[in-house]
Amino acid sequence: MSALVQTPVIGVRADPYLDIETYEGQGDVMVLNMGPQHPSTHGVLRLKLWLDGEVVVKAVPYLGYLHRGVEKLLEKLTYVQSTPIVDKNDYVSSMTNELALVMAFEKLEGCEIPRRARYIRTICAEMQRVASHLLWLGTFSLDMGGALGGGTTAFMYCLRERELILDLFEELSGARFHYHMMQVGGVRHDLPQGWDARLKSVAAAIGARIPEYESMLSENPIFRARTRGVGRIDALLAQELGISGPNLRACGVDFDLRKAQPYAAYDEIEVRTALAYEGDVYARYQVRLAEMRESLRIATALIDGVPAGPIMGRKPIETVNAVKPPAGEAYVAIDSPRGELGGWVVSDGSTKPYRCKLRPPSYHALSALPYLLPGTTIPDVVVILGSLDPIMGEADR
Amino acid sequence: MLHALILGIVIASALLGVTSYYIWFERKFAGRMQSRVGPEHVGWKGLLQPIADAFKLLIKEDITPRTADRVLFNLAPLLAVFVALLTLAVLPLASGLVIADLDVGVLFVLAAGAMTVVPTWMAGWGSNNKYALLGGMRAIAQSVAYGVPLVLAALEGIAIAFFALRPGSFPYQLQDHVFILLTAGVVVMALVPVILSGSMNLSKIVAAQAGGHWFAFWPPGPGLAGGLIFVLATLAEGNRIPFDIPEAESELVSGISTEYTGMKFGMFYLGEYVHSLIGSALFVTLFLGGYDGPGPNVMALQLCWFLLKTALVSVVLLWARWTYVRVRSDQLMTLCWKYLLPSGLAVVVVSALWAWWREGGLS
Repeated sequence: MSALVQTPVIGVRADPYLDIETYEGQGDVMVLNMGPQHPSTHGVLRLKLWLDGEVVVKAVPYLGYLHRGVEKLLEKLTYVQSTPIVDKNDYVSSMTNELALVMAFEKLEGCEIPRRARYIRTICAEMQRVASHLLWLGTFSLDMGGALGGGTTAFMYCLRERELILDLFEELSGARFHYHMMQVGGVRHDLPQGWDARLKSVAAAIGARIPEYESMLSENPIFRARTRGVGRIDALLAQELGISGPNLRACGVDFDLRKAQPYAAYDEIEVRTALAYEGDVYARYQVRLAEMRESLRIATALIDGVPAGPIMGRKPIETVNAVKPPAGEAYVAIDSPRGELGGWVVSDGSTKPYRCKLRPPSYHALSALPYLLPGTTIPDVVVILGSLDPIMGEADR
Repeated sequence: MLHALILGIVIASALLGVTSYYIWFERKFAGRMQSRVGPEHVGWKGLLQPIADAFKLLIKEDITPRTADRVLFNLAPLLAVFVALLTLAVLPLASGLVIADLDVGVLFVLAAGAMTVVPTWMAGWGSNNKYALLGGMRAIAQSVAYGVPLVLAALEGIAIAFFALRPGSFPYQLQDHVFILLTAGVVVMALVPVILSGSMNLSKIVAAQAGGHWFAFWPPGPGLAGGLIFVLATLAEGNRIPFDIPEAESELVSGISTEYTGMKFGMFYLGEYVHSLIGSALFVTLFLGGYDGPGPNVMALQLCWFLLKTALVSVVLLWARWTYVRVRSDQLMTLCWKYLLPSGLAVVVVSALWAWWREGGLS
């Protein structure tokens, strides 16, 4: 794991623990509770903002409005029953959620995954990344442009393309959203006839439309003015806070679990990490767009070489109590569209985990908000929050 | 007097009808841009959708928050529509077809435009809601940004210098300039046609453009630049994307109209659309020759030309709206203070020089 830090820009950081009593503003400080009911808080995040005029003096994010007790729930369910539950954590990227937890179970059980299943997992994870980034791009421009305006247009375009991927996944797994695709030892469904050709045509269609988003967003001076130099995270702060994924790579830190600890079929394909060095909102946008291109490339490259063979490395799972790993613990982290998604599981030798812990990247991304928001205005608050790509279902669990 | 009253009622009602179908058209247009179909189910091609929408707004519960300032809160939506309709009074729709043929027409238009901030601020303050307050605050900052400096700098300096060169060419007294302090930022740009035509009467401005000498194209340069700046200022004044900062629903929930329900919300909505329609009509009048067009000078044909041009301009505004994302409030301030103001002044100077040269210059 060689984290190569490029140009660690450390400016004057905002003080997230500012004592508001000692603050001397130009006028009275107004407290604004942004959320949990707010169109741009990505679900149910509550941001408590202290405003001087429209400038944020201090910001505190309050989490937990979407807490469903998933980790406790996982202790009550068997290993087999847990994948549909974690599907709902990061609800725009179900495949990677399942993958992280199932891989932790597999590490515990010590079963071998057939090569075909590893290929299918990788292809699914990469297409899921494209779908997730498309949704991010859409909602991000919605944050910037509003419900009646250019933002919706970009949103509609992104959802149009995401629909193609959902159709592919529907054909593969029977579900459009919560796939229940991964299972201990392999994948639940084999590739349907002709799926590879359809995947390639979808990837080509989406790849051809990415320049369209660029012409609408990054070639638009208003968009650039709204994103450049806004919400700058320096590489050191990002690493201190445990930020990962595109948010970290936008700070110039070349850290990608697909390369650092190859899992699934990533050891058989070269992953070219997208990097940007500014650490601002525009850099995060660039990194995500480049990742979409790279994921499409990986998926189309892998689909040709999917080896023949079984899709399960153990005897088929027919009952809910089929998986019974030995006592012990295991931690597996994968690179989800949002960053390092970890699953830690402790087994006592029964068919239910003794303890499950998920490490959601969104939670760590949100911890940057108290550093990023002071000194900005409300429009920037929305843009910065959107650029971190938090999914509250994952952060609150 | 009675004639003007009846004409006013007819035109205003017609405009409200047009506005509701303008909304229908916008939804269809936006749908096309976004690879959707837009309203489709109420009536043929969704043509009854505006009526259904208005009816829905009427039967919604009308809520006044307990902590709101009742008078301001309830007055603001009415005033929003009223102020938006004011400009209509002086717009010449065809030769002779104008409700009030004011000699200070341009001034009246600008004063009415500046008034839009009053209902916005009333709603922002009266709602007793933090988001509404921020929205209202932004509206005031915005209107000052493209308002006062332009008026002070432009009218006091340039106008006096110019009028001194052409005594008697202006049908209003310079002593009236205090009133100008009320006017909005479109002032400088609206001044270009004023200078070019030598009149503040909108009918005379249109008459000066007769025969295809539209100010947007003739004289080449200042008119077009002025027209573009005027469009930007109109967008800003009408709170349309990319300048819909006081509403900014992704930031301020719904800004000034956060606490409004039912038809009171509908009034703000209507006011916004009326404003953008009239803004397009005003642009047509000032820069695109108004009702001037090929063909005989028949009132019906002139009206058609006027409506056609207005429709085209408003489609361009819609196009911009559904393409761009919103600017930040401080970026709008920068745009207005640093770019629009100096370039506006430059354009005014250039057109003044051109008018002076046409009058004979130094000779």
